[in-house]
Amino acid sequence: MSAALMETPAATGQHNWEVDPILTVEHLTMRFGGLVAINNLSFNVGRGDITALIGPNGAGKTTVFNCVTGFYKPTEGRIVMRHGPGRQQEAVDKLTASGFKWQKAQDSAVFLLERMPDFEISQHAKVARTFQNIRLFGGMTVLENLMVAQHNMLMTASMFTVGGIVGLPSFREAEKGAVEKAKYWLERVNLTSRADDPAADLPYGAQRRLEIARAMCTEPHLLCLDEPAAGLNPRESAELNEILQYIRKEHETSVLLIEHDMGVVMEISDHIVVLDYGVKISDGDAQHVRTDPSVIAAYLGVEDEEIEDTPEIASLVVEALGEEAAVEAGIEVPPSKDGDRP
Amino acid sequence: MSATTMNPANAAAAERNSFQSSVKDAALAALLAGVLGFFFLGLRTDIAPGGLALSTRWSLWLTAIAIVFGGRLALNLFVFKTDRPVTGLLSVFTSRAGAATAGWGWWIGRLLFAIALFLPFIIMQMFPSQQRQLIDLAILIMTYIMLGWGLNIVVGLAGLLDLGYVAFYAVGAYSFALLSTHFDMIGFWTALPLAGLLAAFWGLILGFPVLRLRGDYLAIVTLAFGEIIRVVLLNWYDFTGGPNGISGIPKPTLFGMEFVRGDDGVAAFLGLEFSTIHRFVYLYYIIFLLAIITNIVTLRLRRLPVGRAWEALREDEIACRSLGINTTNTKLTAFAIGAMFGGFAGSFFATRQGFISPESFTFLESAIILAIVVLGGLGSQVGVVIAAVVMIGGIEMLRNIGFLQAVFGTGFDPTQYRMLIFGLAMVGIMIWKPRGLVSSREPTVVLKEKKKIGADMVSQGEGH
Repeated sequence: MSAALMETPAATGQHNWEVDPILTVEHLTMRFGGLVAINNLSFNVGRGDITALIGPNGAGKTTVFNCVTGFYKPTEGRIVMRHGPGRQQEAVDKLTASGFKWQKAQDSAVFLLERMPDFEISQHAKVARTFQNIRLFGGMTVLENLMVAQHNMLMTASMFTVGGIVGLPSFREAEKGAVEKAKYWLERVNLTSRADDPAADLPYGAQRRLEIARAMCTEPHLLCLDEPAAGLNPRESAELNEILQYIRKEHETSVLLIEHDMGVVMEISDHIVVLDYGVKISDGDAQHVRTDPSVIAAYLGVEDEEIEDTPEIASLVVEALGEEAAVEAGIEVPPSKDGDRP
Repeated sequence: MSATTMNPANAAAAERNSFQSSVKDAALAALLAGVLGFFFLGLRTDIAPGGLALSTRWSLWLTAIAIVFGGRLALNLFVFKTDRPVTGLLSVFTSRAGAATAGWGWWIGRLLFAIALFLPFIIMQMFPSQQRQLIDLAILIMTYIMLGWGLNIVVGLAGLLDLGYVAFYAVGAYSFALLSTHFDMIGFWTALPLAGLLAAFWGLILGFPVLRLRGDYLAIVTLAFGEIIRVVLLNWYDFTGGPNGISGIPKPTLFGMEFVRGDDGVAAFLGLEFSTIHRFVYLYYIIFLLAIITNIVTLRLRRLPVGRAWEALREDEIACRSLGINTTNTKLTAFAIGAMFGGFAGSFFATRQGFISPESFTFLESAIILAIVVLGGLGSQVGVVIAAVVMIGGIEMLRNIGFLQAVFGTGFDPTQYRMLIFGLAMVGIMIWKPRGLVSSREPTVVLKEKKKIGADMVSQGEGH
């Protein structure tokens, strides 16, 4: 499998995620007691890219997320987050050697996420996330949810509450600005009419959108979405695509997402990383991953060789990936089965 | 049942049927009561010379059976087996009342404020014979309102269940008592902020170890903390006086003037005839002012980022951390600010009593304050006021009620059953209004239209 990796075009260094990565995960290992959830995983997230992390259930995708956002402390490995262009290799090396968590220069900064607690990662390194099982503040209104997301900015503006109690005009200004920003995002995710309703009252799809809006209110450089399309109907799924495209284009926010909906993944991702049993099995653009036999094997739960040998499995592959991809992957399309499918 | 509306004959038959089955059911229940009660009620063994003597109490037994039969029959006819149960009407009434109070919450708050503002004068006008007693009760209730509001920050807003809140009350009281007895220059008004600060400091001390704990574990540790403080106060004899407590705590002064008879007293200065009631009125206004400050600060904090972070913490701590909120600091501020108001109330308590001992700071006090907050509705300021009036006022009212003697006979002493009646009343309220008297939540920021958030949406935080 590793041999397949080396042959990817990434090795030549022409991809954005190689040249200008915002996040690099290096030799990440996470063990829970005897269980190795992630084993020596390395991948890059390109600046301005939409990167998808895919893999079968239990492959360790959410664990990667939890490591990146600080909810787990990785057993081994380094996770580097960069503000400002380029790899900044020198700064990263210096920071690693020192005991510090981050290092800021004029218009760039590097952060070692594995050294930082979760709230600092959001506050300083500007990595925001959403959750697989939606975590909104259900008893607070939609608008309040977005205000809580701007906590750190408002806290500074209120001079850590002292200025807020006496009602400083500068704090009132900041609060007005926060409401404006919340309104902007409400409009983007199409929830303006429900701004004063409790978040728990929203339908499922709207809750997903609100969670994304809330994450965006922290002004992240990297937005991590854990299965944003789970449970959405096709129309909502299309809306989500639009929102993600918009975020990437207008806000220069890079997106890292876990997703099972291959329609969403293939359509919007610039870069796909495939995990299976905590190991990276494929890494490249949509075209590359789609035709990678090891990916197909992982999704079907069989060995690589079996795919081509067994006609039943080959037909499943065709069903899952489409004829074109199957042909490209070197799998013969069994003609008889074709007509039966609706 | 839809058929009965079409055919009157059928309807009559159904009615007869339902009556018959009701009687049958009631008879069955009565039989059951008879069998179960036969040995408990019908027979009685007394110690007699040479062994036990058996006596019978048939009348008691038959009365019990009759009560069960009658009660079951009434329930069957009016509740269980009828189209329009009486309880349905009741629930319609209560839900209507609930909706009305939600809209009237603002007015109720204003009305209560106005009453509280003039309460001493109202009492003096209407009950001149009992004025001292009643103003004292008002002071007590106001103290509990303030404590409830203070605890509401920790439990209601931040959602951290604190069973040891009385510890901060004790810290405030002892701070003032010790400072004033050791240093002559420290009076009530100088000691008040110091007591608040010391209590806040102890709030932080408690906060640090319990930050990692959640739910029930947090409750247990806070409970233990409350007991530790009390036991230390009880046993550190040289410093706190142990069980003897501290006496001779100075009374509060008005701009340096004391409430005494004579030329340098407040009465003489204001040109009033001296009366002991003046001091009580003054004490009432001190605690009223402190409580109002607590309320204003709490309401203000709710609209500030820190207050919103408290509520967010109650809703979902993990989401809070994902948004860059330092949950450690947020919890600590909640503990410290809640403790500070407890400390203020404590030093007021010390100056009012003039004497304090560890006995005043038992777990029961914590439980009562928590009960006020829970009964009033977590996070609701008006709810705390109503609950405090009902609970503290109710307990006091139960001290002297004669009418129960008419019901239970002259041998009945209501004070002995005070806590039992009180407990039953609490159980009743909690069954009827499980989320407290005022359970809806008001949003802190509004875009277009302010809508109340129902209690079923609002999470109760950890350990509830």
